[in-house]
Amino acid sequence: MYPRWLWSGFALPGVIWLILLFIIPFYAVIGVAFGTVDPILFRPIPSWNPLDWNVGWMSQTLTRLEPGGDLWDVFVRTTEYVVISVGASLAIGYPVAYYIARHARRTKALLLVLLILPLWISYLMRMLAWVNLLEVDGYVNRFLMWSHVINQPYGWLDGKPVTVVFALIYGYIPYFILPLFAALDRIDQSHLEAARDLGASPLQAFLRVTLPLSKTGILGGCVLIALPMFGDYYTPNIVSGAPTTSMLGNQIDLYFHGTSQPTIGAALTILLSLFLVVLMGYYIWTVHRATKELAST
Amino acid sequence: MTVATAHAAPPKPSTWTRVRGWVGNPWGRPRFLVGFTWLYMAWSIIPALIAIQFSFNSGRSRTIWSGFSTRWYWGDVDSVWSDADLHHALIQSIKLAVLDVAIATPLGVLLALGLARWRGRGAGVSNFIMLFPLVTPEIVMGVSLLLVFTHVFTFIQPSTTAQVLGHVTFSISYVVVVVRGRLFSIGRQYEEAAADLGASPAVALYRVLLPLLMPAIVASIAIVFALSIDDFVISYWLSCGAGCDTVPIQIYAATRAAPLPSTNAIATILSALTLASIIIGYLGYRFFTRHERAGGGLVGDMAAFDV
Repeated sequence: MYPRWLWSGFALPGVIWLILLFIIPFYAVIGVAFGTVDPILFRPIPSWNPLDWNVGWMSQTLTRLEPGGDLWDVFVRTTEYVVISVGASLAIGYPVAYYIARHARRTKALLLVLLILPLWISYLMRMLAWVNLLEVDGYVNRFLMWSHVINQPYGWLDGKPVTVVFALIYGYIPYFILPLFAALDRIDQSHLEAARDLGASPLQAFLRVTLPLSKTGILGGCVLIALPMFGDYYTPNIVSGAPTTSMLGNQIDLYFHGTSQPTIGAALTILLSLFLVVLMGYYIWTVHRATKELAST
Repeated sequence: MTVATAHAAPPKPSTWTRVRGWVGNPWGRPRFLVGFTWLYMAWSIIPALIAIQFSFNSGRSRTIWSGFSTRWYWGDVDSVWSDADLHHALIQSIKLAVLDVAIATPLGVLLALGLARWRGRGAGVSNFIMLFPLVTPEIVMGVSLLLVFTHVFTFIQPSTTAQVLGHVTFSISYVVVVVRGRLFSIGRQYEEAAADLGASPAVALYRVLLPLLMPAIVASIAIVFALSIDDFVISYWLSCGAGCDTVPIQIYAATRAAPLPSTNAIATILSALTLASIIIGYLGYRFFTRHERAGGGLVGDMAAFDV
């Protein structure tokens, strides 16, 4: 009933927008990373032709990323922080999502609102809230001194890795719980009843029915928070700011806004994207598959 | 003495059997999970409430409470109302969000319609590309947009315009996801019925499809507004300096210096704006789906807002 060109015509403006402002910008990063630097003004001169590419900056950055290089330490630290934070998010988030999906009855709507609420409170405000609480004379130190856990105020904000990891967990965990809740909520209760009727213990039923059925939710949630964590620079800057807790994102930020070496910054951005492409691919593949299923029904 | 009471009391189940009873009964109330969940909720909400409380502090401290006052909202020289930087940041944030909604919503709705129904060459690739902005770390998008505006589209340069273009770029995909979900759930039968009854394609689009898409459009507007108001990274990378500062940039700068309660005040205003947009969007969504409520209720509705 509709003319054949209509739908492609509808898609056109959006597709052009994404090509101009999403795909070409990626090529701009590549051009700058493989370009040269003006020797007098220190401005990057991008090179757009792959035949003229100058691989000097990229190979220098790669050498620094190898074991023993200075960026290697940052890379290892970033990975450590992200792995610990994602693991802790899973340990905290799974019971919460499980309870709301399986057991909450009258309080389910309220709990869901509370679960979504942090997503609509500004991320920066939630970080500011913890900066206030963790100050030398903040509530956390006062509580710990009142309960005699510590004798003098602890400098939580003076470049402590534990504070950075805590802030990462606090910042990203709502984004983890929501997809996990959706996956758990979709599980048909009758599967569990069948497992129990067939003689499975509650633990067995959980391990062999609920857990496998929530696997996509777990993996999806992990990827969804690991990706922005790998590119995060503001969280460590807000709660620590010390070079000893700097992550890869901080290095990129530094090359652009601190030392003005965009060429190295661009090279590092490309390497970070290449490192993350597997995670991104996995997530897009699952979403793509789900969309296709939805479209075919 | 202890022996006597032990005999008088009825045999108490050991702690172990009671714990086993809680854990073991799959249809009982899992008390551990109840406590854990509410603890989590307290942990996730209370810090923000304390930050809001201190925006009303009458002292200059964000850690020691000295009484209620609204001096950090207006009145004081450093209040949101009087401090030119904070004032300007708030206007900049709202400006970006409004422009983002105005551009990204129509673009995204059209793209969603196109991608859901276009069956030609390029459809698969476009479907694939559309998902990337959702998973690309913001810093990668920030760097690439900064470099494209400084080296390729040099007529734009980092500026308010660049910030708007950046916000639209990351917002489009969210609109597409929300609207496409709605498209799949309404199917094509209503339009086909309209066509059978003699409606031209334009009438079918405008009188049938558009009203059916309204709930998704309203939800998209709320989500895009909230995303844009909340955004820090893209605004930061495309900032032209003090004139382009948004509220999140101000909060970021302030936490690294020595913030006053006015920082808490502007953060409170920002969160109130986000929440208001979501609540208005939700009410709009309820209004446009008022004839479809066959069940699901609040939980089902909320699926439209969790992206």
